[in-house]
Amino acid sequence: MKRNLPLVIIAAVVVIAFGLGVLLYRTMKPASGNAGDTTSAPASLPGADPARVRGGANALVTIEEFGDFECPPCGALHPELVKIEKEYGDKLRVVFREFPLTQIHKHSYEAARAAEAAGMQNKFWEMHDLLYEKKDEWSLAPDPPKLFVDYAKYLGLDGDRFTRDMTGDLASLRVALDMRRGKSLGVIGTPTLFINSRKMDASEMTPDGLRRAIYTALKEKGQ
Amino acid sequence: MKESNTPVGPILTKSSSIKPPVNSPPDAAGAESLSSPFHVSSRWLYVSITALSLIGLGDSIYLLVKHLTGQSVQCTISTGCEEVLGSAYATIIGYPLAAFGALAYFTVFSLAILAIFGYRHVRMFLIIVVGLMLLMTLRLLYLQAFVLGKYCEFCLLSAAITLSLAVLIFAIVFRSSR
Repeated sequence: MKRNLPLVIIAAVVVIAFGLGVLLYRTMKPASGNAGDTTSAPASLPGADPARVRGGANALVTIEEFGDFECPPCGALHPELVKIEKEYGDKLRVVFREFPLTQIHKHSYEAARAAEAAGMQNKFWEMHDLLYEKKDEWSLAPDPPKLFVDYAKYLGLDGDRFTRDMTGDLASLRVALDMRRGKSLGVIGTPTLFINSRKMDASEMTPDGLRRAIYTALKEKGQ
Repeated sequence: MKESNTPVGPILTKSSSIKPPVNSPPDAAGAESLSSPFHVSSRWLYVSITALSLIGLGDSIYLLVKHLTGQSVQCTISTGCEEVLGSAYATIIGYPLAAFGALAYFTVFSLAILAIFGYRHVRMFLIIVVGLMLLMTLRLLYLQAFVLGKYCEFCLLSAAITLSLAVLIFAIVFRSSR
């Protein structure tokens, strides 16, 4: 028996550690389990302030997008969303929230910070568009931040300031706040869109689905 | 050191050290023989290692579950948990770093338990594993201090545990070399 005692102790620790993990997982899971709720936004935490907003200041419809610059579906949605923004003009406002999926997209966090750094020189949306358009270039590059600095210079930004801001506390904080807001809303993947605070189902996120959702939202506002 | 072929009872070797019978478990507490003056204290060093590695295992499991459920980790002492744990450095080849941490602490725990029960050959593995953990810890501390500029208390706890493990391993090696 004594010979086997160490193995018994080790096995007991495996069982206890696994049980503890499962118990913790089950306890915590419900808190993020409202991801499938598409009807309304639960009590939410604020994101970075001021938010990155494009479109009419008094727009009747607000789309809040939680996006990741390295996520292929976000990249596919981007040109469609740009078209829709042009179609609806001042009636539509888009709010972009950083939600880099760092577990699966290696450079998404750096890209999010690059966009935020550009925002500090009032060129967030220009960098936002460029990052989506050039995704195939920077996501495969050995050192994406170097390319981000090139993009910043191309957009006419101060390269030195951009480099400082990209690695600075404010950019990290803005990303963290947006992510915190996303998590509080049950966001678990990207892109996730809310139209006037209603979470869109993934099946709605087609060009036609988006237009239908905007149309419905406008009708609700009496338009 | 040559083992005796005598089936029962210890015999004295030429160097007069006491050897266990062939089928008995190895002598306890790792490197020292039963007559070593460091026998008891080495055993306690290993016991300390198991205790610390269990704390590290708990810390890693907590962070792993938080990661898997997608929940943010709130700091109570420091302020950078979300930034650190949400950064690209919190994963390795797509897998959460906490999973590697849990595996490492469990390995250290298992090896230390085996060492307590006298499996002296595991000590080398223990040195290697804790050495690798120390290198990873130093890298993570560097990233927190100089790249992210934020600290996560759960990561700092893990770092403190790993540094303590390294000190204990050093003490064991030092004692056995005397």
